[in-house]
Amino acid sequence: MQLVRLVDQDRPGIRFVFEGRRCDARAGDTLLTAILAGEGGFLRRSEFGDGPRAGFCLMGACQDCRVVVEGRGPVRACVTECTPGMVVRRA
Amino acid sequence: MRVAVVGAGPAGVRAVEQLVRAGVRPLWLDEAPDGGGRIYQRPPAGFVRGARALYGLEARKARAVHATLDALKPLADWQPNTLAWDIGADPRLLHTLREGRAEAHGFDAAILCTGAMDRIMPLPGWTLPGVTTLGGAQIALKAQGCAIGRCVAFLGSGPLLWLAAYQYMKAGATVAAVLDTTPFAAKARALAGLPHDPATLAKGLYYVARLRAAGILVAEGVTPLAIEGDGERGVSALHWRDSSGRERWLDCDAVGLGWGVRPELQLADLAGVPIRFDAVQHNWVPERDAMGRTPLPGIYLAGDGAGIGGADVAEMTGACAAQALLADAGLRTEARLTRRLQGRLRRQARFRAALDRAFPFPAHLAAAMPDETILCRCEAVTAGELRAAATPEGPHGAAPEVNRAKAFTRIGMGRCQGRVCGMAAAEVLAARLGRGVAEIGRLRGQAPVKPLPIMAAPAGEDAA
Repeated sequence: MQLVRLVDQDRPGIRFVFEGRRCDARAGDTLLTAILAGEGGFLRRSEFGDGPRAGFCLMGACQDCRVVVEGRGPVRACVTECTPGMVVRRA
Repeated sequence: MRVAVVGAGPAGVRAVEQLVRAGVRPLWLDEAPDGGGRIYQRPPAGFVRGARALYGLEARKARAVHATLDALKPLADWQPNTLAWDIGADPRLLHTLREGRAEAHGFDAAILCTGAMDRIMPLPGWTLPGVTTLGGAQIALKAQGCAIGRCVAFLGSGPLLWLAAYQYMKAGATVAAVLDTTPFAAKARALAGLPHDPATLAKGLYYVARLRAAGILVAEGVTPLAIEGDGERGVSALHWRDSSGRERWLDCDAVGLGWGVRPELQLADLAGVPIRFDAVQHNWVPERDAMGRTPLPGIYLAGDGAGIGGADVAEMTGACAAQALLADAGLRTEARLTRRLQGRLRRQARFRAALDRAFPFPAHLAAAMPDETILCRCEAVTAGELRAAATPEGPHGAAPEVNRAKAFTRIGMGRCQGRVCGMAAAEVLAARLGRGVAEIGRLRGQAPVKPLPIMAAPAGEDAA
């Protein structure tokens, strides 16, 4: 999944780590935006073996966008702000 | 008097406004970092688009709600980033979680303004990366300035289908198509009821006309067949059948889908408010009167969580629920305001009923859903597995209703608690058993309404 940055993107750049790789994002991005507007592709693999997932409702209800933030544990990527230096991996 | 208001969308804002005018300082919480709800959601700090770009024709209303919201924050015990995860009506106790800390708040009266989310009918491929709800597609644009893909298909029915597609086009996204499952004739028949709200009707027609004028493929009466692609690369096409019966493939890398919205009624359910099936809305809705009173003393409902009415109705029902609360508590009320709002709500109800008829939930697609379709995306339960639970030859006999089917198959037992799949699961079961969906029932709410970290610390103790 490739989110496309369309409007309102003139915000300061920040860096975070996803799956061990340094990635660029912008201040105000959610983790979902930061990962999927970059090259993350997807957020987690279904624990039942049916493949990658990348969220669905984007409003904190469906729980399908879980990622793990170092020091915080599992969070919903769609409602969690990406902050500089955050270390994130797929759930 | 201890009053709690859950939710700071249009309903919550107008409810708190009335409470504050009467001298009440409520506890007011919202799960999001700021108020506005989903419809008037504000982007985070650093985004610069104005209200006109964010909310289009609704900019004036959005600005008014935001101005009232900001003015009210210091006049209430305002707690953003706070999840209300359980509520009891006897004793009256609201359980919350804020920044990892759990708290329990006693209250004398509560107004629940918990909103709505998209109503979904799964199809093969809907769990692929690149597929979101219509609401999700809209939030990506509104709150993050992003499109969900390079070439986006919109599938479903209802006002949001057209609005989301129009907003994408306006923001410069490539809209692959707008595919509406409702035939034109069905909408035309329902038009008879729509002139009760000519402004809303005109807006809808404007969006459709602009999309058509831009040369975007617009098709009505379609049958969605599958979303194609693979997990690593995401969506590659949408497979569908047009109204003449011809199979077609649409190249796209993202799909926004949804068929109207359904109330987020988990807290009302946990409080013990009776929930009934509304055949016109085709939704389970909590029982309440025109003012938002439930059969439970001290529990009031407003906004889409009390039955779908949209943002304008949410503002009115929010104010009414607060007036009902104040009247029941013997506090100062505004009878003229209430009379005026009740008149407007009655007119709106006729319009809403016509909209519901014009954009029906595609229950008929449940019977044709292929067995291998994942129905419950949390637990990866397929339509075939659910159907097997409906056969008397199974090890447990046939599940006669949806909660029994949940016990057999784990459908709706995952992290979203059936918010996403519950309605479609009931339709699949109803179609297999040959019974009405109202008889099949609904998945009962369970606390916590959303997952909590297991280390959530009670107030006054440090997290372990």
